[in-house]
Amino acid sequence: MEAATAPGSRATARSARETVSRYGLIVLLAVLPIVYGIVDLAEQGDLSRLGNNLVAGLSNGAIWALVALGYTLVYGIIELINFAHGEVFMIGSFVAVGIWTSVGLTLATGPLGIALGLFLALIVAMLATGTLNVMIERVAYRPLRNAPKLAALITAVGFSFILQNVGILWRGSSQQGVDDLVRSQTELLDLFGVSISRGDVLAIGITAPLVVLLTAFVGRSRLGKAMRATAQDPEAARLMGINVDTTISLTFLIGGLMAGAAGMIYALYQTNVWYFQGFTAGLIAFTAAVMGGIGNLRGAVLGGLIIGCIQQISDNRIGGDWTPVIVFSYLVLIMTLRPQGLLGEETREAG
Amino acid sequence: MSAFAKLKADRRLARGTAVGVIALAGAFPLFFDSLATQLDTAIYVLAYVCMALGLNIVVGFAGLLDIGYVAFYAIGAYSVGWLASDHFTGIGGDSGVHLAASEFASSLSGIHLNFLLILLAAMVIAAVLGALIGLPTLRLRGDYIAIVTLAFGEIVGRIALNGDSVSISGYALTNGQQAIAPVDQPYLPLVGYEFDSAFNLRPYYWTGLLLVLFTLFVNFRLRDSRLGRAWIAVREDEVAAASMGVPLVRTKLLAYAAGAALGGVAGAFLGAYTAAINSNQFQFSFSIFVLAMVILGGLGSIWGVVAGAVALATIDRYLIPEVFNDAPSLLGLDFKLTQLSFGIFGFLLVLMMVLRPEGLFPERRRRLELAEGVGAAGGMGVGEESVHEART
Repeated sequence: MEAATAPGSRATARSARETVSRYGLIVLLAVLPIVYGIVDLAEQGDLSRLGNNLVAGLSNGAIWALVALGYTLVYGIIELINFAHGEVFMIGSFVAVGIWTSVGLTLATGPLGIALGLFLALIVAMLATGTLNVMIERVAYRPLRNAPKLAALITAVGFSFILQNVGILWRGSSQQGVDDLVRSQTELLDLFGVSISRGDVLAIGITAPLVVLLTAFVGRSRLGKAMRATAQDPEAARLMGINVDTTISLTFLIGGLMAGAAGMIYALYQTNVWYFQGFTAGLIAFTAAVMGGIGNLRGAVLGGLIIGCIQQISDNRIGGDWTPVIVFSYLVLIMTLRPQGLLGEETREAG
Repeated sequence: MSAFAKLKADRRLARGTAVGVIALAGAFPLFFDSLATQLDTAIYVLAYVCMALGLNIVVGFAGLLDIGYVAFYAIGAYSVGWLASDHFTGIGGDSGVHLAASEFASSLSGIHLNFLLILLAAMVIAAVLGALIGLPTLRLRGDYIAIVTLAFGEIVGRIALNGDSVSISGYALTNGQQAIAPVDQPYLPLVGYEFDSAFNLRPYYWTGLLLVLFTLFVNFRLRDSRLGRAWIAVREDEVAAASMGVPLVRTKLLAYAAGAALGGVAGAFLGAYTAAINSNQFQFSFSIFVLAMVILGGLGSIWGVVAGAVALATIDRYLIPEVFNDAPSLLGLDFKLTQLSFGIFGFLLVLMMVLRPEGLFPERRRRLELAEGVGAAGGMGVGEESVHEART
């Protein structure tokens, strides 16, 4: 199917194209940090500002990575852009904040109380979003499994609207500050002028184990094997005795769990929540998933971290207003240069 | 009656119905006060019908999933903002630049072109932008096209929002959320008539209706043309179409350009009507709104798309905010329905898709394909969207 669209078959042209496809994206991604690194060296004589950008970027990126995992898992298994996923993440934030306010965590609570309360909030938020995601699949996607794929895309958007409305009814339509329970800006460590704050440690500290657990689960367990088989070929998986419906539900459950965890970290790290946070987060995380190679778990994490850094550098140097433009320009360039992403295989549609 | 005669009779009946509907639509404003809310709604409905028909060319005919259509609405609206307001005060000296503008507009500084010229300009600019957005998607399929168009839609929306801080030789690109306002009202140079939305909405309505008729004509003629057949061939099977000699690049780019041009015209019309070009109008949800009209009506089915656009636009602009807004309070509940409009809209989308994923009035060709699919592929092919490759 590539034959129809592939350009002339002269060997030089093709090899040039392959080189651009392989290294173009990597060069492109390195542009921002290298340029600003040189600027910093020239102006301040060290790289501490860039270093701070990257540390904050990695923490932000950890949140995007968790959300991106949900996109990539779902796309991998049913080839659907789950537009409602960003909103599931938003609900995760709301549930976490709701739980820790109702168990009475305030800035005055002692460290042990905060740790326990947050652990509880994390578990409840994850379970809530996991269940929500499974429910959405059951109601909105499963009946459409054999319908035109556009139909499922539209129900996904429909659900994202519904959840945004739930968010508005729940916490109003303006941004709401929440208590900075972990004092996320407090500096823990100073490495050559690069400060590592509590928020950074928290974000990485929750994300890393979850990602390790998830990769181990998908890579090693029986159910994970079923998930991979279903992603490769649902019909063959069914013939092999795999319960495809259950496997798809499981995928949505895992995606939802990750989104819930991301939601709680976001609330703690950004110290505000908003019904619209899921929309932007969803698009950014989706870009991350595409950048890493959609369907590829390690790719989603890598993409999330890279996008986090790009976003932070752009926020800090170009201005937060323009960050979406930068992120989406990257998305377009990725699609042009290397649609299969950094780590992805060529898919049927990216051809 | 032979099958052929029946087909002919069907066709005559359809034509008769169409003429009747158009006549009714033309007389519609006479039943209402010249400033009635219903008229205001109807003007929006007409503009949305144009946009939905434009998107139908891209998504319905050529099968290229575009979820960034709002970009063309923005370009159309900003054409009006730039070319028919005092946004660029100082260009052309104190008197400004004028071309067949009304007497009042001619006395203002800035650029003031005639509305009809702006429609043409909007069409050309949007078509060029459409083709540009199409370029990176040429090698892609299905969802990946959706992603690129989504990204472009967001980029254009963001530039509109932040445009007040971008200055090009001293002029801000847009006014962001402050809006470019006021904008000249349309003016017909030969008759010497200037529209005035403060006193009479009917001229806007009839202009909108003319635009819809023009768009319908373009849609039908394009669909039945060589190009239209090429679009459908590409939609059905890109590889087969290419090997039959359909030039893929040109065919796809023309689809993007044609769809975008119609979106630009409708955007310019709506921009002139709202008279304030505000960046808040250009959000992702609008792209989805228009796409939902196309899908609700039935992809590729021209009358279906019109029906879908009329239905969704009426719900969004009239039924929720005007008619049923106070319904909850009648039931003793303490909220307005407009607070739920997003949720209601989402719920309708989900319900519609689960109950009737092929749309209200599916295109005849598609219906036949679906019917065939059942027999041939034992159910697997039911409704398999040609936008996407069949799964294995």
